Formats: sequence, C-alpha cells, structure tokens
Amino acid sequence: MRPVRDLAPSILPLVLEGMGYAVGGKTLLSDVSLVVASGRRLVVMGANGAGKSVFLRLCHGLIEPTSGRRLWADGAARAEAQAMVFQRPVLLRRSVAANLDYPLALKGQSRGMRAEIVAHTLDRFGLTALADRPARLLSGGEQQRLALARAWAMRPQVLFLDEPSSALDPSATRIIEEMVEQFSGEGITIVMTTHNLGQARRLAQDVAFLHRGRLIEHRPAADFFAGPEAPEARAFLAGDLVW
Amino acid sequence: MDGPFATALSLIASGDPALMQIISLSLRVTLTAVLIACVIGLPLGAALALARFIGRGALIVVFNALMGLPPVVAGLIVYLMLSRSGPFGSLGLLFTPSAMIIAQTLLILPIVVSLTRSVVEDLWVEYREQLHSLGAGRLRAVPTLLWDGRVSLLTGVLAGFGRASAEVGAVLIVGGNIAGHTRTMTTAITLETARGQLGLAVALGIILMTLTLSLNAAAWGAGQWARGRLG
Repeated sequence: MRPVRDLAPSILPLVLEGMGYAVGGKTLLSDVSLVVASGRRLVVMGANGAGKSVFLRLCHGLIEPTSGRRLWADGAARAEAQAMVFQRPVLLRRSVAANLDYPLALKGQSRGMRAEIVAHTLDRFGLTALADRPARLLSGGEQQRLALARAWAMRPQVLFLDEPSSALDPSATRIIEEMVEQFSGEGITIVMTTHNLGQARRLAQDVAFLHRGRLIEHRPAADFFAGPEAPEARAFLAGDLVW
Repeated sequence: MDGPFATALSLIASGDPALMQIISLSLRVTLTAVLIACVIGLPLGAALALARFIGRGALIVVFNALMGLPPVVAGLIVYLMLSRSGPFGSLGLLFTPSAMIIAQTLLILPIVVSLTRSVVEDLWVEYREQLHSLGAGRLRAVPTLLWDGRVSLLTGVLAGFGRASAEVGAVLIVGGNIAGHTRTMTTAITLETARGQLGLAVALGIILMTLTLSLNAAAWGAGQWARGRLG
C-alpha cells in the first residue's frame, strides 16, 4: 500500500513567527521563531516547565497562539495531515482494532478501505494478535505502541510526540524509538519533546532548546551536542539544574 | 397459616391473572418511561456537558434540583397539562397508561440528564485533546463519550428505573388506579393495604423488591464484568 501523503500537497515547512502563548496573565511561551523543515526529526528539549508541551500544542493547533503567527506551507493547518501522540495516550474503551478504525471513520473513509488500513497497520506493528483485546487493558508499552500505530494509520505528514516514552521501561522505549525512526524514514516529519538526553541524542536531527518559555537555541543536533552556545543549554546537557 | 404472607405466596405461585396484569402494566409503563428518558436525556446531558452558553450553570442546577422532584408534584404537573381544561386536554390521555408514562419520564429525565452530564464532563477532561487531535469536534465527540461512559451511565439509567418503579404519587394522580387499566404495583399496594387486603399487597411488595434486587444485581455484575473487560 503506497502512503497517500506522497500525492497530497505538503503542509510543511511550518514557519513560526514570534509565536507566544499566555493564559491568565502568565506567559508560558514567548517570541518563538523557527522553521520546522520537511522530513526532519526535530527534538524539543528543556527542563520541566520550559514550555515544551505548550510548544507542541501550539504547533498542532490544540491551542491558538496569543501572539505571533503559525504558518503552514499550504496556507491552512490541515488537521488531517497532522497527528499527535501524547505522553499518556488516551485509548478508547473498545478493542485495539476499533481504536485504529476510529480516526479513519472520522475522516470519512469507506468501511472497506478502513478495514484494509486497520489490518495492514495491525500487521505492520505486530498488533494482529491483540486486535480484539480491549485497548485499555494493554500494558503501558503496548498502549503507546497502539497510539503510535493509530497516528501512523492516519497517514500524517507531520507527527508530534509529547514525551512519548517517559512512562515506559527501557525495552518499550526502544520499540517506540524504532517506530519513530521508521516513520521518519518514510518521510514523516517528526517533532517531539523529551527530557531524556539519551533519547534526544539517538533521535534528533535538529534540536530546539527551550528555557523559561523562550527558544534559546535551534541548531542541527550534531552542532548542539558538540557544544551548545547558550549557558543554560550547556548546563542542561551537563545535568545541572537550570531554572 | 392464613396470614397475608401465605396468601401472597399462593397468589404468586398460582400466577394470579390480576396480579400478572398489574405487574405487566407496571413494567410496560416504567420501561417505556426509562427508554424515552434515555433517548432524550443521554444526548441532552452530553450536550450540557460540552456546550458553553449563558445560563448553562442555571440549567445544571435546575436539572440537579429536579432529581428530587416529588412524584406527586410531577403527577400534578402532568395532570394539569392533560386535564380537560389543560393545554393538552383534547388528547384525552388522562387516566391512561400514556399519561403515566409521561409522568414517569418527567421523574426519570433529570436523573439521566444530570448523571450523563457529570460522566461526560469528566471523560471530556481526559479525552478532549486526544479527540481533537484525532479529528473529532465537540459534536462528534458526543456519541464517543457516551459510548466510553456506558458503564457509568448504566448506573444512572438504573437509578432512574428504580425511582420510577418505586413511586406512587405520579401514577396515582394521572393514572387514577383503575383496576385492569391503570393499576400498577405501587398503587395497588396502597389501595389493597387501605382495604385490609394484605395478601395481594404483600405479594406485590415481594415482587417489586425481587425485581429491584435482581436488576441491581445484574447491573452491578455487568459493571464488574465491563471494568475487567474494558478497563
């Protein structure tokens, strides 16, 4: 099955111009300007409260910027070209297969096509044996694997991941990272947050470093890890506490 | 052994036709009322949970308060609507099972609406971002949330059934307790007790309690099963 995204016009790159977000008089993110390039793996790093989650939610459109702009390449933020995997995936109280089917039905795809995509997705991610199991009763690792498979089945051009493996053990984390690399290999643009340095080193092609709601650095990963310019980022890499 | 309890048991054992008729009418009225209240109340409760409009808070308070609406008052309201001089008097529904269904629906509806609102509101907190991300807006989220809250909602529907099957006031006022026509288990118990015919009253009491007990047992079992099965 050929991915549909090859035919669709690209919504990337995503250009952020001075994007900021404030709520209740509190500024959570301010003046972020960067370009999310097509086909790259961008890892957003920073301490807790640095604004990583807010950044992802703004990009994905779950919240709207209160200042600045978010510009997708083809003008509109086409929701069907984006997907997001949350730190704690919300799976519906139905079977694994039905969870994969749900977003496809929302997109209005035909029953026959959905069945084909669901079967293919189950097979591809080794979930076929679990197809009829209630999704909520899977282990944490299996749940996150299903969440990623569900996102993949939506054929997104860009996939946002918010700390996708922070609650998982090392072997489950490895599986998630392999999936992310595979998606990336298929041309899906990846934007993910993590506070796991090892994971960032393994997955990042580009790094955006946030500190107290501001973008401090945005560079290719090799440069960033070789020696960040900002003292906050250097301290973060050294494992110091930075507030 | 000629006490009311023995009479009751023999009535039940012999499948007394008058007794059976009363039971079947009671079930028909209450189950229909539950069904109508669910058809209206589940989507209404979900809408109340997700929609944001002026007066929403007031509406929530009203529905919460109506959960305690005394059955006699519900009966009175429906009586006024359906009586000859009332706005719907021409329909000729007063003292029919239909009038009883309307009155009981009025009693059950607030329970279904309030419980649905609370269940769906809680689920929405958990599901909102994920559903939004998957492409479901508020309207499309309603059936999803109702389905995912089905186990909790069952409890509410059952509470509604319990309230309707136990009440006397509303069905008595709008039904009139006419033998063979609008006599339910509760109104029959009231009448037979007043007449000193304790046998039938006790028989109906036993059946009413057995019914409530087995329904609750079934719902509890279903809930336990679903929690283990659905997570």
